[in-house]
Amino acid sequence: MQSRLNSLIDALLPVLATLAALLVGAVMLIFLKVNPIVAYKALWDGAFGSSNAFAETLVKATPLLLVGLGICISFRGDVINIGGEGQMIIGAVFATWVGLTLTGLPGWLTITLSMLAGFLGGAIWGGIPGVLKAYFSVNEILSTVMMNAIAVQLMNFLLRGPMIDPEQALKASQIPQTARLEEIFRLPRLVPTRLHLGALIAVILAVLVYILLWRTTLGYRIRAVGQNPHASRYAGIKVQRYIVLALLLSGAFAGLAGATQVFGVNYRMITDGSSSGFTGSAGFNGIVAALFGGLHPILTIPASILFGALLVGANKMQRVVQVPSALITALNGLVVVFVVSSEILRKRRQQRREAVAKRENDSSPPPSGSGDKQLNQAEAGS
Amino acid sequence: MISDLFSVTVLIGILASGIRLSTPYLYAAIGETFGQKSGVLNLGVEGQMLLGAFAAFYVALTTGNLWLGVLAAMIVGALMGLAMAYVTVNLHAQQGISGIGFYLFGLGMSDLLFQKLMGTVETVKGFPEIYFPGLSDIPGIGKIFFSQNILVYGAYLLVPLAWFVLNKTTLGLKIRSVGENPDAADSLGVSVARIRYFTIILGGTLSGVAGASMSIALLNVFQQNMTSGLGFIAVALVYFGAWHPVGVLGGALLFSLINSLQLWIQVLGIPIPSDIAVMMPYVVTILVLVATVSRVRAPSALTKPFERGD
Repeated sequence: MQSRLNSLIDALLPVLATLAALLVGAVMLIFLKVNPIVAYKALWDGAFGSSNAFAETLVKATPLLLVGLGICISFRGDVINIGGEGQMIIGAVFATWVGLTLTGLPGWLTITLSMLAGFLGGAIWGGIPGVLKAYFSVNEILSTVMMNAIAVQLMNFLLRGPMIDPEQALKASQIPQTARLEEIFRLPRLVPTRLHLGALIAVILAVLVYILLWRTTLGYRIRAVGQNPHASRYAGIKVQRYIVLALLLSGAFAGLAGATQVFGVNYRMITDGSSSGFTGSAGFNGIVAALFGGLHPILTIPASILFGALLVGANKMQRVVQVPSALITALNGLVVVFVVSSEILRKRRQQRREAVAKRENDSSPPPSGSGDKQLNQAEAGS
Repeated sequence: MISDLFSVTVLIGILASGIRLSTPYLYAAIGETFGQKSGVLNLGVEGQMLLGAFAAFYVALTTGNLWLGVLAAMIVGALMGLAMAYVTVNLHAQQGISGIGFYLFGLGMSDLLFQKLMGTVETVKGFPEIYFPGLSDIPGIGKIFFSQNILVYGAYLLVPLAWFVLNKTTLGLKIRSVGENPDAADSLGVSVARIRYFTIILGGTLSGVAGASMSIALLNVFQQNMTSGLGFIAVALVYFGAWHPVGVLGGALLFSLINSLQLWIQVLGIPIPSDIAVMMPYVVTILVLVATVSRVRAPSALTKPFERGD
C-alpha cells in the first residue's frame, strides 16, 4: 500500500512540473497584458473543444508518440538521441521515394512498403551515430546533432533537385517540393476528420515497445547496458551491439514518424529550408513527451496527447488573444527543465525509503528499487 | 590575367568574411569550453544565443546604443547560465536534457518577445568596420585582418585569454581539477559548486555575446530562430577542438571558411548545389571526431553531478 502511494506520487511529479510551467506561463501572460484564464480557455477549446479539434490534437500527438517511443528505447539504454529531427526527415525521404516510385502495386502494399522504408531510413540515420558511439567513442549527442544538420541539407538538395515535383521543375518558381502522393497511397482516415491510421499504428507500437523493453531478452539487455555497462559486459552482454541497436531502433521510430507525416497529413514533402519546417520540431518535442511519460511507452501515449494538445491549442490561443504560439515552445522548454529537475525529489524519496526499510528490518531480503525489480523480472523472463 | 586577379579578389573576400563569420562560434564555443572543463555540458547554448541576440538587438534599436545592447545580451545570457547552474549543480538534473529544455525556452521566448515587442523585421546600424590608418590599406591583408568590427577582435583576443586563464592561473587549475576529479578538488578545499556556477554563468554570458555578434554586428537584424543550429555546432566545436581554445579556434575557422566559400559559390553562380556545400562542415566534423576521439580524452567528470561523500 505504502509503496503504491509512493509510486503514485512519483508518477504525479511530471504533472506538477507541467502545472508549474503553466503557472510561469500565466505570469508571462499577465506581463503581456493578457488574461491568463481567457488565454488558457482558448488553448483548451482549441485542443479539445470539438471533435475536429480533438482529432487535430491526436494528429499532432502521433509523431510525438512515435519519436517518444524511440526515445524510451534509447534513453533506457543510456543513449541520448537528439537526432529525431534528422531521423524523421530521412525516414520521410525514404518513404516518399517508395510511395512515388512503386505506383504499380496495390495501395495497401505500397503504403506498407513505404512505412517500412521510413522505418529503415530512420534506422540508418540513427544507426550511424550508434556505430560511431559504440566503436569510435564519438559522443552521440554531438553526432546526432550533426546528423540533423546533414539531413536538412540532404532534404533541401533532394527536393530542389532529384526529387522535385516534375510540375515545379518546369515552372520558374521551382518550389522545393515533391509530387503529391496519389490518393490510394495515402494512409486512410479513421473518422471524418484529419485523424489517420498512423495514430492507431503508433498506439499499437507503444504496446509492442513495452513488450520489447520488458518482456524480451533484447529489451532487457538494452536496459541492462543502460543501467550498468560494466556489469553487463562482465555478464557477457556485447555492450557495443546493444548501444548500436538502441540508437538504430530509436531512429527507426522517428523515421516512421516522418513517414506518417507525409502519408497521413501532408501527402508530399516540402521544405522551407529548416528542419522544423517539415517536422514541426516533433523530433525535439517527442523527447519532451517521452521524458514526461517517465520513459515508459504506455505512459508516453497520454504525454504525447498532452503536448499535441498544447501545440494545437496554442494556435487557437494565438487567434483569440493574440499571444504568439511561441509561448508554448517556451513553456515546453520549462516543462523539460522542471521534469528533469524534479527527478532529484524522486531519488531522495527513494533513498529515504530504502534507509528506513534497512533500519526497520535487517533480516529480511533487501528491498529493491522499482528499476531493479523490473530488471529482475525481465531477467527471470528471459 | 583578369581571371587571376578575379580569383585573388575572391580569395580575399572568402577569408575576410570567413573570419567575420567565425565570431559567434568563437564566443559561444570558448564559453562552452570553460563549462565542459569544469564538468558541465551546456546544450542550451543555442537558446542563450537567441535570447542574447534578441536582447542586444532590441536594446540597440530602442536606445541607439550598441554597447548597451551587448551589455543586455551579457545579462540575459548570464541569467540563463545562472538558471542552468542551479538546475545542474544543485538539483543534479541530467545536463544534456535540461540543456534541450533551455534551448526550447530560449527559442520560444525570443520569438515571443520579438513578435510582441517588435512584430516586424527591422534593421539597426551595427558595429562598423574599424579603420586602422596604414594597416587597413595594405592590399589583401588589410581587408582580411584590419577591416573587421570590434566584436571580431574581441573574439580573437578571447582565445589566448581563455588559454591563459585555463592553463596558467590558479582559477584555471581549479576549473580543470573540478572537471577531472571533483572529489579530490573538494577534499583540497575547492568549492566544486562555486567553480561550476562561475563557468556556467561565464559560458552563458559569452553565448549572449555570441548572439549579439550576430544581431548587431554580423547581420544587423533579428529574426526568429536566426541562429539555426549554430549554438549546437559551437558545442560540437569544443569536442572538435579537444577542449583546447586554439583547437576550438581551428574548428570555428573551418566552419566559417566553408560557409563563406559556400556563400561565394552562390554569389559567383558556380553550379555546385549549395545544400551539399553547406553540408560539408558537418560531415567533416563527424570525421574529425572519429579521428581524434580515441586520442583525446574528455574531462573525466563531464556530465556527472557532484555529490559530496558518495
